[in-house]
Amino acid sequence: MQYFIKKVYYGDIPDASGGAASSNEPQQPNTDWPLWEVFIRSKQGLDHKHVGSLHATDAKMAIENARDVYTRRQEGLSIWVVESKYITASNPAEAGELYEPAVDKVYRHPTFYDLPDEVKHM
Amino acid sequence: MGTHNLEELFQNKIDLEIKIEPKNWMPEAYRKTNIRQISQHAHSEIVGMLPEGNWISRAPSLKRKAILIAKVQDEAGHGLYLYAAAETLGQSREQMFNDLHSGKAKYSSIFNYPTLTWADMGAIGWLVDGAAIMNQVMLTRTSYGPYARAMVRICKEESFHQRQGFESLWVLSKGSEEQRALCQDAINRWWWPALMMFGPIDSESTNSDMSMKWKIKRKTNDELRQQFVDMIAEQVKLLGMTLPDPNLRWNEARKHYDFGEINWDEFWQVVKGNGPCNKERLEARKKAWEQGAWVREAAQAYANKQRTRNKAA
Repeated sequence: MQYFIKKVYYGDIPDASGGAASSNEPQQPNTDWPLWEVFIRSKQGLDHKHVGSLHATDAKMAIENARDVYTRRQEGLSIWVVESKYITASNPAEAGELYEPAVDKVYRHPTFYDLPDEVKHM
Repeated sequence: MGTHNLEELFQNKIDLEIKIEPKNWMPEAYRKTNIRQISQHAHSEIVGMLPEGNWISRAPSLKRKAILIAKVQDEAGHGLYLYAAAETLGQSREQMFNDLHSGKAKYSSIFNYPTLTWADMGAIGWLVDGAAIMNQVMLTRTSYGPYARAMVRICKEESFHQRQGFESLWVLSKGSEEQRALCQDAINRWWWPALMMFGPIDSESTNSDMSMKWKIKRKTNDELRQQFVDMIAEQVKLLGMTLPDPNLRWNEARKHYDFGEINWDEFWQVVKGNGPCNKERLEARKKAWEQGAWVREAAQAYANKQRTRNKAA
Protein backbone atom coordinates (compact mmCIF):
# COMPACT_ATOMS: atom_id res chain seq x y z
CA MET A 1 0.00 0.00 0.00
CA GLN A 2 1.40 3.36 -0.94
CA TYR A 3 0.63 6.80 0.36
CA PHE A 4 1.06 10.08 -1.39
CA ILE A 5 1.33 13.18 0.68
CA LYS A 6 0.34 16.03 -1.54
CA LYS A 7 -0.95 18.49 0.96
CA VAL A 8 1.64 21.08 1.86
CA TYR A 9 1.90 21.92 5.52
CA TYR A 10 3.87 24.58 7.24
CA GLY A 11 7.48 23.52 7.49
CA ASP A 12 7.18 20.75 4.96
CA ILE A 13 7.64 21.72 1.35
CA PRO A 14 7.26 18.70 -0.94
CA ASP A 15 10.25 17.67 -3.03
CA ALA A 16 8.29 18.23 -6.24
CA SER A 17 8.09 21.98 -5.56
CA GLY A 18 11.81 22.42 -5.20
CA GLY A 19 13.60 24.60 -7.68
CA ALA A 20 16.76 22.52 -8.13
CA ALA A 21 17.12 19.14 -9.73
CA SER A 22 17.30 16.31 -7.26
CA SER A 23 20.83 15.35 -6.40
CA ASN A 24 21.70 12.24 -8.35
CA GLU A 25 25.40 12.37 -7.67
CA PRO A 26 26.72 9.10 -6.24
CA GLN A 27 26.56 8.86 -2.47
CA GLN A 28 29.88 9.82 -0.92
CA PRO A 29 31.16 7.62 1.90
CA ASN A 30 29.92 9.05 5.17
CA THR A 31 32.57 11.25 6.79
CA ASP A 32 30.45 12.38 9.73
CA TRP A 33 32.24 12.47 13.05
CA PRO A 34 31.17 9.70 15.46
CA LEU A 35 27.78 10.07 17.17
CA TRP A 36 27.61 10.48 20.97
CA GLU A 37 24.69 10.22 23.37
CA VAL A 38 24.54 12.94 26.01
CA PHE A 39 23.30 12.53 29.61
CA ILE A 40 22.95 15.46 31.96
CA ARG A 41 22.50 15.79 35.72
CA SER A 42 20.39 18.90 36.11
CA LYS A 43 20.68 19.13 39.88
CA GLN A 44 22.81 17.61 42.59
CA GLY A 45 20.97 14.54 43.90
CA LEU A 46 19.20 13.71 40.62
CA ASP A 47 20.04 11.04 38.05
CA HIS A 48 21.77 11.81 34.80
CA LYS A 49 19.13 11.88 32.11
CA HIS A 50 19.42 11.36 28.36
CA VAL A 51 18.99 14.70 26.59
CA GLY A 52 20.02 13.99 23.00
CA SER A 53 22.99 13.31 20.78
CA LEU A 54 25.72 15.08 18.86
CA HIS A 55 28.76 14.48 16.69
CA ALA A 56 32.33 14.84 17.97
CA THR A 57 35.73 13.43 17.14
CA ASP A 58 36.55 12.42 20.72
CA ALA A 59 35.15 12.40 24.26
CA LYS A 60 36.60 15.77 25.19
CA MET A 61 35.01 17.48 22.21
CA ALA A 62 31.75 15.66 22.91
CA ILE A 63 31.68 17.11 26.45
CA GLU A 64 32.48 20.61 25.20
CA ASN A 65 29.87 20.44 22.45
CA ALA A 66 27.32 19.05 24.92
CA ARG A 67 27.99 22.04 27.14
CA ASP A 68 27.35 24.44 24.26
CA VAL A 69 24.34 22.61 22.87
CA TYR A 70 22.54 21.37 25.98
CA THR A 71 23.48 23.67 28.87
CA ARG A 72 23.27 27.22 27.51
CA ARG A 73 20.87 28.09 30.33
CA GLN A 74 22.49 26.32 33.26
CA GLU A 75 20.57 23.09 32.68
CA GLY A 76 23.39 20.94 33.97
CA LEU A 77 25.94 20.31 36.71
CA SER A 78 27.43 17.18 35.24
CA ILE A 79 27.62 15.69 31.75
CA TRP A 80 28.15 12.10 30.63
CA VAL A 81 28.84 11.23 27.02
CA VAL A 82 29.08 7.79 25.47
CA GLU A 83 29.62 6.89 21.86
CA SER A 84 26.28 5.71 20.51
CA LYS A 85 27.73 2.52 19.04
CA TYR A 86 28.49 1.22 22.55
CA ILE A 87 24.85 1.34 23.64
CA THR A 88 22.96 -1.94 23.45
CA ALA A 89 19.21 -1.48 23.37
CA SER A 90 16.42 -3.98 23.91
CA ASN A 91 14.41 -4.79 20.82
CA PRO A 92 10.93 -3.21 20.86
CA ALA A 93 9.64 -6.11 18.73
CA GLU A 94 10.49 -8.49 21.59
CA ALA A 95 8.97 -6.32 24.30
CA GLY A 96 6.11 -8.77 24.82
CA GLU A 97 8.32 -11.72 25.78
CA LEU A 98 10.90 -9.58 27.53
CA TYR A 99 8.51 -8.04 30.03
CA GLU A 100 6.01 -10.88 30.23
CA PRO A 101 7.39 -12.32 33.52
CA ALA A 102 6.29 -9.17 35.40
CA VAL A 103 2.77 -9.10 34.02
CA ASP A 104 1.09 -11.59 36.39
CA LYS A 105 2.86 -10.61 39.61
CA VAL A 106 0.48 -8.07 41.06
CA TYR A 107 1.55 -9.18 44.55
CA ARG A 108 4.77 -7.21 44.02
CA HIS A 109 2.77 -4.01 44.53
CA PRO A 110 1.83 -2.73 47.99
CA THR A 111 -1.74 -2.11 46.85
CA PHE A 112 -2.25 -5.88 46.47
CA TYR A 113 -2.59 -6.25 50.24
CA ASP A 114 -5.84 -5.47 52.03
CA LEU A 115 -5.15 -4.27 55.54
CA PRO A 116 -7.54 -3.23 58.31
CA ASP A 117 -8.08 0.52 58.48
CA GLU A 118 -6.80 0.55 62.06
CA VAL A 119 -3.23 -0.24 61.03
CA LYS A 120 -1.20 2.98 61.16
CA HIS A 121 2.13 3.92 59.65
CA MET A 122 2.13 1.30 56.88
CA MET B 1 3.10 -10.68 10.40
CA GLY B 2 2.01 -9.06 7.15
CA THR B 3 2.64 -5.43 6.35
CA HIS B 4 -1.05 -4.76 6.52
CA ASN B 5 -1.17 -5.97 10.09
CA LEU B 6 1.90 -3.91 11.03
CA GLU B 7 0.27 -0.80 9.58
CA GLU B 8 -2.84 -1.45 11.59
CA LEU B 9 -0.83 -1.83 14.79
CA PHE B 10 1.08 1.34 13.92
CA GLN B 11 -2.12 3.31 13.38
CA ASN B 12 -3.59 1.94 16.62
CA LYS B 13 -0.59 3.26 18.50
CA ILE B 14 -0.98 6.68 16.88
CA ASP B 15 -4.68 6.76 17.71
CA LEU B 16 -3.89 5.89 21.33
CA GLU B 17 -1.36 8.75 21.46
CA ILE B 18 1.55 6.36 21.94
CA LYS B 19 4.70 7.94 20.54
CA ILE B 20 6.66 6.25 17.79
CA GLU B 21 10.31 5.69 18.69
CA PRO B 22 13.27 5.15 16.32
CA LYS B 23 13.42 1.36 16.55
CA ASN B 24 9.65 0.84 16.19
CA TRP B 25 8.21 -0.36 12.91
CA MET B 26 6.83 2.50 10.80
CA PRO B 27 5.49 2.82 7.25
CA GLU B 28 8.14 3.96 4.80
CA ALA B 29 6.13 7.07 3.91
CA TYR B 30 5.97 8.03 7.59
CA ARG B 31 9.75 7.76 7.85
CA LYS B 32 10.27 9.75 4.65
CA THR B 33 7.83 12.49 5.57
CA ASN B 34 9.45 12.89 8.96
CA ILE B 35 12.96 12.97 7.51
CA ARG B 36 11.90 15.60 4.99
CA GLN B 37 10.03 17.73 7.49
CA ILE B 38 12.54 17.51 10.34
CA SER B 39 15.51 18.18 8.09
CA GLN B 40 13.75 21.14 6.45
CA HIS B 41 13.03 22.41 9.92
CA ALA B 42 16.71 21.97 10.88
CA HIS B 43 17.86 23.73 7.71
CA SER B 44 15.49 26.61 8.51
CA GLU B 45 17.09 27.08 11.92
CA ILE B 46 20.58 27.09 10.42
CA VAL B 47 19.83 29.31 7.41
CA GLY B 48 17.78 31.50 9.76
CA MET B 49 21.02 32.48 11.48
CA LEU B 50 22.16 34.36 8.36
CA PRO B 51 19.68 37.26 8.14
CA GLU B 52 20.21 37.99 11.83
CA GLY B 53 23.94 37.41 11.78
CA ASN B 54 23.94 40.29 9.31
CA TRP B 55 23.20 42.71 12.17
CA ILE B 56 25.40 41.41 15.00
CA SER B 57 28.26 43.75 14.14
CA ARG B 58 25.88 46.69 13.73
CA ALA B 59 23.61 46.27 16.74
CA PRO B 60 22.89 49.69 18.30
CA SER B 61 24.18 48.82 21.78
CA LEU B 62 26.21 46.22 23.63
CA LYS B 63 23.03 44.92 25.26
CA ARG B 64 21.30 44.41 21.90
CA LYS B 65 24.41 42.81 20.50
CA ALA B 66 24.66 40.30 23.36
CA ILE B 67 20.95 39.46 22.97
CA LEU B 68 21.30 38.96 19.22
CA ILE B 69 24.35 36.72 19.61
CA ALA B 70 22.50 34.61 22.20
CA LYS B 71 19.55 34.30 19.86
CA VAL B 72 21.66 33.27 16.87
CA GLN B 73 23.46 30.73 19.10
CA ASP B 74 20.07 29.33 20.08
CA GLU B 75 19.15 28.90 16.40
CA ALA B 76 22.34 26.88 15.90
CA GLY B 77 21.39 24.72 18.89
CA HIS B 78 17.86 24.24 17.54
CA GLY B 79 19.29 23.14 14.22
CA LEU B 80 21.45 20.57 16.01
CA TYR B 81 18.57 19.15 18.09
CA LEU B 82 16.60 18.71 14.88
CA TYR B 83 19.40 17.23 12.80
CA ALA B 84 19.95 14.70 15.60
CA ALA B 85 16.23 13.85 15.58
CA ALA B 86 16.30 13.29 11.79
CA GLU B 87 19.39 11.10 12.14
CA THR B 88 17.44 8.69 14.35
CA LEU B 89 15.45 7.88 11.20
CA GLY B 90 18.55 6.72 9.37
CA GLN B 91 19.49 9.87 7.45
CA SER B 92 23.14 10.89 7.86
CA ARG B 93 24.04 14.45 8.83
CA GLU B 94 26.28 14.70 5.81
CA GLN B 95 23.51 13.65 3.43
CA MET B 96 21.26 16.34 4.87
CA PHE B 97 23.94 18.98 4.36
CA ASN B 98 24.53 17.77 0.82
CA ASP B 99 20.81 18.01 0.06
CA LEU B 100 20.67 21.54 1.45
CA HIS B 101 23.71 22.67 -0.51
CA SER B 102 22.54 21.10 -3.77
CA GLY B 103 19.21 22.88 -3.43
CA LYS B 104 17.29 19.62 -3.19
CA ALA B 105 16.25 20.17 0.41
CA LYS B 106 14.20 23.24 1.27
CA TYR B 107 14.11 25.58 4.22
CA SER B 108 11.56 28.15 5.30
CA SER B 109 11.19 30.75 2.55
CA ILE B 110 11.02 33.57 5.04
CA PHE B 111 14.83 33.54 5.28
CA ASN B 112 15.12 34.45 1.62
CA TYR B 113 14.03 37.99 2.43
CA PRO B 114 16.69 40.61 3.22
CA THR B 115 17.19 42.33 6.59
CA LEU B 116 17.48 45.95 5.55
CA THR B 117 17.35 47.85 8.83
CA TRP B 118 17.89 47.28 12.54
CA ALA B 119 14.12 47.25 13.06
CA ASP B 120 14.02 44.03 11.05
CA MET B 121 15.64 42.26 14.02
CA GLY B 122 12.63 43.20 16.12
CA ALA B 123 10.14 42.31 13.40
CA ILE B 124 11.75 38.91 12.87
CA GLY B 125 11.63 38.08 16.57
CA TRP B 126 8.03 39.21 16.93
CA LEU B 127 6.50 38.08 13.62
CA VAL B 128 8.75 35.35 12.21
CA ASP B 129 9.55 33.63 15.50
CA GLY B 130 5.98 34.31 16.59
CA ALA B 131 4.65 32.44 13.55
CA ALA B 132 7.21 29.67 14.05
CA ILE B 133 6.15 29.21 17.68
CA MET B 134 2.52 28.56 16.65
CA ASN B 135 3.76 25.63 14.61
CA GLN B 136 6.33 24.48 17.13
CA VAL B 137 3.93 24.39 20.06
CA MET B 138 1.71 22.11 17.97
CA LEU B 139 4.74 19.96 17.12
CA THR B 140 5.59 19.29 20.77
CA ARG B 141 2.73 16.79 20.46
CA THR B 142 3.81 15.29 17.15
CA SER B 143 3.76 11.49 16.99
CA TYR B 144 7.47 10.84 16.42
CA GLY B 145 9.15 10.81 19.85
CA PRO B 146 12.58 12.33 19.07
CA TYR B 147 10.96 15.16 17.06
CA ALA B 148 8.49 15.92 19.85
CA ARG B 149 11.25 16.01 22.48
CA ALA B 150 13.39 18.32 20.35
CA MET B 151 10.39 20.63 19.98
CA VAL B 152 9.79 20.79 23.74
CA ARG B 153 13.36 21.95 24.22
CA ILE B 154 13.08 24.45 21.37
CA CYS B 155 9.80 25.93 22.59
CA LYS B 156 11.29 26.61 26.01
CA GLU B 157 14.03 28.68 24.40
CA GLU B 158 11.98 30.24 21.64
CA SER B 159 9.79 32.36 23.85
CA PHE B 160 12.76 34.62 24.64
CA HIS B 161 13.17 35.18 20.91
CA GLN B 162 9.69 36.48 20.42
CA ARG B 163 9.68 38.60 23.56
CA GLN B 164 12.99 40.30 22.78
CA GLY B 165 11.67 41.07 19.29
CA PHE B 166 8.52 42.71 20.55
CA GLU B 167 10.42 44.62 23.22
CA SER B 168 12.91 45.86 20.66
CA LEU B 169 10.06 47.19 18.46
CA TRP B 170 8.32 48.60 21.49
CA VAL B 171 11.39 50.69 22.31
CA LEU B 172 11.50 51.93 18.70
CA SER B 173 7.79 52.73 18.80
CA LYS B 174 8.41 55.06 21.76
CA GLY B 175 11.37 56.72 20.05
CA SER B 176 11.93 59.51 17.55
CA GLU B 177 9.90 60.08 14.40
CA GLU B 178 12.60 58.28 12.43
CA GLN B 179 12.63 55.28 14.78
CA ARG B 180 8.86 55.01 14.56
CA ALA B 181 9.10 55.06 10.78
CA LEU B 182 11.72 52.28 10.86
CA CYS B 183 9.44 50.22 13.07
CA GLN B 184 6.41 50.62 10.78
CA ASP B 185 8.49 49.93 7.68
CA ALA B 186 9.84 46.66 9.11
CA ILE B 187 6.32 45.53 10.03
CA ASN B 188 5.11 46.39 6.54
CA ARG B 189 7.82 44.33 4.91
CA TRP B 190 7.62 41.25 7.19
CA TRP B 191 3.87 40.91 7.66
CA TRP B 192 2.93 39.15 4.42
CA PRO B 193 5.97 36.87 4.27
CA ALA B 194 5.22 35.87 7.89
CA LEU B 195 1.66 34.91 6.89
CA MET B 196 3.05 32.87 4.01
CA MET B 197 5.13 30.86 6.48
CA PHE B 198 2.03 28.83 7.33
CA GLY B 199 1.88 27.42 3.82
CA PRO B 200 -0.89 27.26 1.18
CA ILE B 201 -4.56 27.57 2.13
CA ASP B 202 -6.27 24.35 3.20
CA SER B 203 -8.66 24.18 0.24
CA GLU B 204 -5.73 23.97 -2.18
CA SER B 205 -5.74 20.26 -1.79
CA THR B 206 -8.26 17.47 -1.36
CA ASN B 207 -5.70 14.71 -1.38
CA SER B 208 -5.42 12.04 1.25
CA ASP B 209 -4.02 13.64 4.29
CA MET B 210 -1.62 11.28 6.01
CA SER B 211 0.23 13.95 7.99
CA MET B 212 -2.94 14.52 10.01
CA LYS B 213 -3.86 10.86 10.24
CA TRP B 214 -0.38 10.03 11.49
CA LYS B 215 -0.49 13.03 13.84
CA ILE B 216 2.74 14.44 12.49
CA LYS B 217 0.64 17.61 12.18
CA ARG B 218 -2.37 18.36 14.33
CA LYS B 219 -3.60 21.68 12.99
CA THR B 220 -4.11 22.87 9.43
CA ASN B 221 -2.25 25.77 7.87
CA ASP B 222 -5.33 27.99 7.96
CA GLU B 223 -6.07 27.21 11.59
CA LEU B 224 -2.54 28.17 12.62
CA ARG B 225 -2.56 31.25 10.39
CA GLN B 226 -5.84 32.50 11.83
CA GLN B 227 -4.55 32.00 15.35
CA PHE B 228 -1.48 34.05 14.44
CA VAL B 229 -3.46 36.88 12.81
CA ASP B 230 -5.78 37.14 15.83
CA MET B 231 -2.81 37.38 18.15
CA ILE B 232 -0.76 39.89 16.15
CA ALA B 233 -3.73 42.13 15.23
CA GLU B 234 -4.13 42.84 18.95
CA GLN B 235 -0.44 43.13 19.81
CA VAL B 236 0.24 45.64 17.02
CA LYS B 237 -2.14 48.09 18.71
CA LEU B 238 0.18 48.25 21.71
CA LEU B 239 2.97 49.35 19.42
CA GLY B 240 0.75 52.08 17.98
CA MET B 241 1.56 50.68 14.54
CA THR B 242 -0.59 49.14 11.80
CA LEU B 243 -0.51 45.99 9.72
CA PRO B 244 -0.32 46.59 5.96
CA ASP B 245 -3.69 45.04 5.13
CA PRO B 246 -6.73 47.27 4.36
CA ASN B 247 -9.00 44.21 4.68
CA LEU B 248 -7.96 43.38 8.20
CA ARG B 249 -10.96 43.73 10.50
CA TRP B 250 -12.62 41.98 13.41
CA ASN B 251 -15.46 39.70 12.37
CA GLU B 252 -17.92 39.53 15.25
CA ALA B 253 -19.78 36.56 13.76
CA ARG B 254 -16.66 34.43 13.34
CA LYS B 255 -14.97 35.78 16.47
CA HIS B 256 -11.83 36.09 14.37
CA TYR B 257 -10.04 38.73 12.32
CA ASP B 258 -10.72 38.68 8.58
CA PHE B 259 -7.72 39.45 6.45
CA GLY B 260 -6.77 40.06 2.83
CA GLU B 261 -5.57 37.66 0.19
CA ILE B 262 -1.98 36.43 0.27
CA ASN B 263 0.14 36.73 -2.86
CA TRP B 264 0.66 33.03 -3.60
CA ASP B 265 2.61 33.68 -6.80
CA GLU B 266 5.26 35.34 -4.69
CA PHE B 267 5.20 32.42 -2.24
CA TRP B 268 5.86 29.79 -4.92
CA GLN B 269 8.45 31.97 -6.64
CA VAL B 270 10.45 32.18 -3.42
CA VAL B 271 10.02 28.44 -2.74
CA LYS B 272 11.31 27.72 -6.24
CA GLY B 273 14.47 29.69 -5.58
CA ASN B 274 13.59 33.09 -7.04
CA GLY B 275 13.32 35.08 -3.82
CA PRO B 276 15.46 38.14 -3.12
CA CYS B 277 18.17 36.23 -1.20
CA ASN B 278 17.93 32.52 -2.15
CA LYS B 279 21.27 32.52 -3.95
CA GLU B 280 23.05 34.54 -1.30
CA ARG B 281 21.84 32.27 1.54
CA LEU B 282 22.89 29.05 -0.14
CA GLU B 283 26.23 30.52 -1.17
CA ALA B 284 26.92 31.54 2.42
CA ARG B 285 26.09 28.02 3.68
CA LYS B 286 28.24 26.35 1.05
CA LYS B 287 31.13 28.69 1.70
CA ALA B 288 31.00 28.02 5.45
CA TRP B 289 30.89 24.27 4.83
CA GLU B 290 33.70 24.21 2.30
CA GLN B 291 35.97 26.59 4.17
CA GLY B 292 35.43 24.59 7.34
CA ALA B 293 36.49 21.32 5.70
CA TRP B 294 40.11 21.56 6.85
CA VAL B 295 39.00 22.13 10.45
CA ARG B 296 36.83 19.00 10.38
CA GLU B 297 39.63 16.96 8.87
CA ALA B 298 42.24 18.30 11.29
CA ALA B 299 40.02 17.52 14.30
CA GLN B 300 39.49 14.00 13.03
CA ALA B 301 43.21 13.51 12.38
CA TYR B 302 44.03 14.77 15.87
CA ALA B 303 41.52 12.38 17.45
CA ASN B 304 42.91 9.44 15.46
CA LYS B 305 46.44 10.28 16.54
CA GLN B 306 45.41 10.51 20.20
CA ARG B 307 43.71 7.13 19.97
CA THR B 308 46.80 5.50 18.45
CA ARG B 309 48.97 7.04 21.14
CA ASN B 310 46.70 5.88 23.95
CA LYS B 311 46.72 2.37 22.55
CA ALA B 312 50.53 2.35 22.32
CA ALA B 313 50.91 3.61 25.88
